[in-house]
Amino acid sequence: MPIESVNDFVVRFANVNGSGSASANLMFARAVIRMGVPVATRNIFPSNIQGLPTWFEVRVSGEGWLGARGGTDLMVAMNPQTWDKDVASIEHGGYLFYDCSRPIPASKFREDLTVIGVPLTEICNREYAEPRQRQLMKNIMCLGALAAVLDMDADIVKTLLSEQFKGKDRLIEANHRALAIGRDWALANLTCPIGLRVNKSDGVGDRIYVEGNAAASLGAVFGGATVCAWYPLTPSTSLAEGFTSYCKRLRGDATTGKNKYAIVQCEDELASIGVVIGAGWNGSRAFTATSGPGISLMQEFLGLAYFAEIPAVLFNVQRGGPSTGMPTRTQQSDVLACAYASHGDTKHILLFPRDPGEAFEFGALSFDLADRLQTPVFVMLDLEIGMNSHLTAPFKWDDSRRMDRGKVMTYADLESGRDFGRYLDVDGDGVPFRTYPGTHPTRGSFFTRGTTRDAYARYTEEGGPYVENMQRLLRKFETAKAHVPAPLVDAAPGGARFGVIHYGSTAAPMEEATQILRNQGVKLDVMRVRGFPFAKPVEDFISAHDKVFVVEQNRDAQLRTLLMAENCASGDKLVPVLHYDGSPVTARFIARAIAELAESIDARAKEGALS
Amino acid sequence: MTYLPKPKFRHPAIEKNELGLTHRDYEGAISTLCAGCGHDSISSAIMHACFELDLPPHRIAKLSGIGCSSKTPTYFLGNAHGFNSVHGRMPSVLTGANLANKDLIYLGVSGDGDSASIGFGQFAHAIRRGVNMVYIVANNGVYGLTKGQFSATADKGATLKKGAANPDDPIDLVMMALHLGASFVARSFSGDKGQLVPLIKAAVEHKGPAFIDCISPCVAFNNHDGSTKSFDYVRAHNEAVNALDFISERAPITTDYAPGEMQLVKLHDGSTIRLRKIGADYDVHDRVAAINYLMKHDVAGEIVTGLVYVEEDPGDMHDRLQTVDTPLNQLGDADLIPGAAALAKINASLR
Ligand SMILES: Cc1ncc(C[n+]2csc(CCOP(=O)(O)OP(=O)(O)O)c2C)c(N)n1
Ligand code: SF4
Ligand SMILES: [Mg+2]
Repeated sequence: MPIESVNDFVVRFANVNGSGSASANLMFARAVIRMGVPVATRNIFPSNIQGLPTWFEVRVSGEGWLGARGGTDLMVAMNPQTWDKDVASIEHGGYLFYDCSRPIPASKFREDLTVIGVPLTEICNREYAEPRQRQLMKNIMCLGALAAVLDMDADIVKTLLSEQFKGKDRLIEANHRALAIGRDWALANLTCPIGLRVNKSDGVGDRIYVEGNAAASLGAVFGGATVCAWYPLTPSTSLAEGFTSYCKRLRGDATTGKNKYAIVQCEDELASIGVVIGAGWNGSRAFTATSGPGISLMQEFLGLAYFAEIPAVLFNVQRGGPSTGMPTRTQQSDVLACAYASHGDTKHILLFPRDPGEAFEFGALSFDLADRLQTPVFVMLDLEIGMNSHLTAPFKWDDSRRMDRGKVMTYADLESGRDFGRYLDVDGDGVPFRTYPGTHPTRGSFFTRGTTRDAYARYTEEGGPYVENMQRLLRKFETAKAHVPAPLVDAAPGGARFGVIHYGSTAAPMEEATQILRNQGVKLDVMRVRGFPFAKPVEDFISAHDKVFVVEQNRDAQLRTLLMAENCASGDKLVPVLHYDGSPVTARFIARAIAELAESIDARAKEGALS
Repeated sequence: MTYLPKPKFRHPAIEKNELGLTHRDYEGAISTLCAGCGHDSISSAIMHACFELDLPPHRIAKLSGIGCSSKTPTYFLGNAHGFNSVHGRMPSVLTGANLANKDLIYLGVSGDGDSASIGFGQFAHAIRRGVNMVYIVANNGVYGLTKGQFSATADKGATLKKGAANPDDPIDLVMMALHLGASFVARSFSGDKGQLVPLIKAAVEHKGPAFIDCISPCVAFNNHDGSTKSFDYVRAHNEAVNALDFISERAPITTDYAPGEMQLVKLHDGSTIRLRKIGADYDVHDRVAAINYLMKHDVAGEIVTGLVYVEEDPGDMHDRLQTVDTPLNQLGDADLIPGAAALAKINASLR
C-alpha cells in the first residue's frame, strides 16, 4: 500500500552538487512554510565522494517537529550516481520521483514504490537552447511538477520566484513559465495528487526560516562586535561570511560610508585568536568563528586569555573530528575540549544554543558575558544548527538594552583617585576592574602577563599571590553561574523518577522523543542545559531523580563527564544516551534508547526488590 | 644587572621635553637582564626616542612575545599599557589591538627566536597586512631565555660558546620585510645609539609597518669569537648605508650639506628625516635596489645597517579596511546596534 499522509512526510532530494538545485530545493521548503506547514530541513553533503552528490531533506511536519525524523517517503532522485542507494533508502510503500528522459532498467526500481517519472531533460532540451538555462529551468520545472503531485499551492511558489528575482522581470517571467510547464505536464500525465499531500495550515505562525550561522553572525552584530578574525573552516565559514554581509548592510557610516567594523581573514587560527585577544584587551568586542581543528590550534592562547582575563568570543560550529574527519557531519564532541581548553588549570564559559533563534540571542549575549566576566566565552553551535535553515521564533531586540562593558575604570575614575589593581577583587565576586590602554597619563596602566604577578599586576613569582589569584578565578567562575542562560525544565505532569538532560541541537528531537515516550507511558522530566558553568538547579534536578539520561551527540558522553567533574552528580546517577554517527540524532533513536534503558532499569529495580 | 632601588631624588635642572616630562617619566621597572645585554640598550634607545618625540607615554601600547627581548617592555615606559603575550604571537595580538584603537602608537618588541622561528608566520602576515606599528626584533642569533640555542637568524658556520657550528642557512628578517611589503625597513645595532635613536623616532612617525632588525648581542651566550652577533664582530663588519638625523616638524633644518650628499625624507606627520648618504647612489625609496644592495653586501660578509627602505606614501591596514575615523573601541550602542526596527526588516525577509 502506498503511504498516505497529509502534512507529515519526508522528502529527500538527491542532487549533483553545482547543478543549481540548492535554491530550487530551498524554494520547495519555503513554499511549504508559506502554506503554513512547518518543515525541518537539512543539507547532507559528504566531502569524500567524487562527483560531490548532495542531499536536501525536507521533513514536512504539521505537528511542528523540527528534528530529523529518519527515513524518506518521497525520493526526488536526480543523481544517477547515488540512485541505487537512494532507491533502497525509501520507506516501504514510498514514492520515487525521477527524470524519465532516459530509460532506466526495471531492475533498478522497487515493486513496493510508486514511481513518478517526468521527462524533465527532454522537455528542457525542447524548450531551451542554452545549456546553463536548461539546467536551471529544469530545477524549476521539477518544482512545478512536485507542486502538482503534492497538491501544493502553485501561486505561492510563483510569489516566491517573483520575490527572489525582484526587479528582474524577464527572469521572473522565464521562471514562472518553467514552473507552469512542469506543473502542467504533471497534471496532464500523472495521477495528481499522490498519497502525500501538503494542506494549508496555520502551524508556522510568525516564525522565520534561517541558518544558525547567519543567525549567530547577526547576534554578533547586535552584540556590538567590531572585530572579527577568522580562518576558513567548514562548518564555521558561513558565520564569518554572514558577519561580513550583515556588517556591509548595517554597519556602514551613514555619511562617510566607512566601516564601523574590521574583519580580518587571518593566516591561521592561532592568529585569529591572537587578533581577538589583542582587540579584546584594547576594548573592542571581538570574536572568531571556527570548529574543532581551529579550537585545537588556539589552545595556548586560550589559556593566556583565561589567566590574563581578556574578553573573547568564540563561535565553535562543531563537527566530527579530527582535522580530516567528518568535516561535513554534525557532532557535539568539543564540549570538554572547550570547557577545559589550554594548559594549566583553566575553565571556560560555554553557551549551548538550541537553534538559530538562540544562536542569535546567545551570540549577542556572549559579548556582554565576555566583558562582564573578562574571559573567553564559547558559543557552542554545531553543523546541524549552523549550516541548516531552521524554523525559529523571530529575532527579538529591546531597544532600551545597552552593551554591558563590565568593570572598566575610566579616566574620571582614575583621576578621582580610586584605587586600581588590575587583579584586585574589590567586590568579592572575583571580577576585577580593568582599564583600556591610553586612558590616563599616570594612572591605571598595567603590564599584562599570565600569572606571575600580584593583584596590582606587579611581577612576582611567589606562590602566595599565585594561589590567591587562582582562588579568585574560581570565585569568578562561581559568579558566572548566575550570568549564563539558566536551564529550562519540561516537567512531566505528576512528577517522574527519570530525568533527561540534553543541550544544543538535541533539543528538537528530544522534544519529540519526550512526547513519544510519554505517550508510551514513560514519564520523564526533561532539562535543557544552556550554559556552563552549571548553575545550582542542574545539581538539584539530578538529585531529584533516580536516574538521569544524558542525551548527547558524541561517543564519550562529554557533558556527562563535565557534570561529574564539576560535582553535580556521581556517575551511577547519569545514564549516557549517545548518538555520534555524524547524522543529527532523531526522536526515534532517542525514544527507543530511553524506552529500553528505562525498562531494564525498572526490571533491575524489581529484581532487587525481590531478592 | 642592577638590583639597586632607583633614587627618588630629582635634580631641579633636569632636562624636560615639550610635555614637561623628564627622562624618568619614560622609564619602566628596573631591568633584570644580564649586565651588558644588548637588549637594555634598545630599551634605553626607545626611551630616548619617545622622550625626544615628546610622546605621552600612555598613548603607546607595548607588546611582546616571549624571550629575554620580549621581557624588555617592562623596563621602559611604565605609564604605558604592556602585553607580554605568547611565544611568537605578538604580531597577531598587536594587530588586534591596533584594530581596536587606531589612535595609539603600537610598539612590538620581539626576539629573533620569537619572530624568525616560532613566530615567522605571524611576523610575515602582520607586515603584509600593513599594520601601523614599530616592530623591533632584538636579534642576537640565539634563544637567550632558554640558554643559548641557535635561532633561525644565526649565520651558517657561526659557533656556539661550546663550539658547535650552525649547519643551517640564516633567515635575514630585513630581506624578508622588504619582500613582504614593509613600508619602513631598517637595521641597526644596539651598540650604536646614534643610529638607533633616530631610526626609532622615524619608525614611530612612519605610518604603516616599520620594521627594525636590531642586532643585540647576548653577552651570556653569543658574544664569543666564532659568533657573528657579537659586539666585536658587528663593529668590524658594520656597513652603514646612511646616517640619520630625525628632524621634528617644528625644528628648522640648519646644517648645510653638499648637494647629493643628503636626502630629505618626509614622514607621515610632516616631520622629516635627514639622511646623510654614505653608500653612494643609495636611494632609500627603491625597494628593488635595496634588496640587491643587501644581497651584495651579505655575500661580502658585511652587515648593512641604517634606513634601508622607506615608502613615500604608505597606507596602513585601517586604510585597506576602510574603518571609520573614530577608534572602534570608542563606538557606542548608537553606532553599533542596528536596533529593533532593522531586525524586524530582517525577520520579514526570512519568512
Ligand atoms: C610555546 C613555547 N615554546 C617554547 C618556549 C620556550 N622559549 C621561551 S623564550 C624562547 C626563545 C626566545 O628567543 P628569542 O626570541 O631570540 O629571545 P631572546 O631571549 O634571545 O631575547 C623559547 C624557545 C615558550 N615560551 N613557548
Ligand atoms: S641571556 Fe643573553 S639575551 Fe638574555 S638577558 Fe642575558 S645577555 Fe641578554
Ligand atoms: Mg634571541
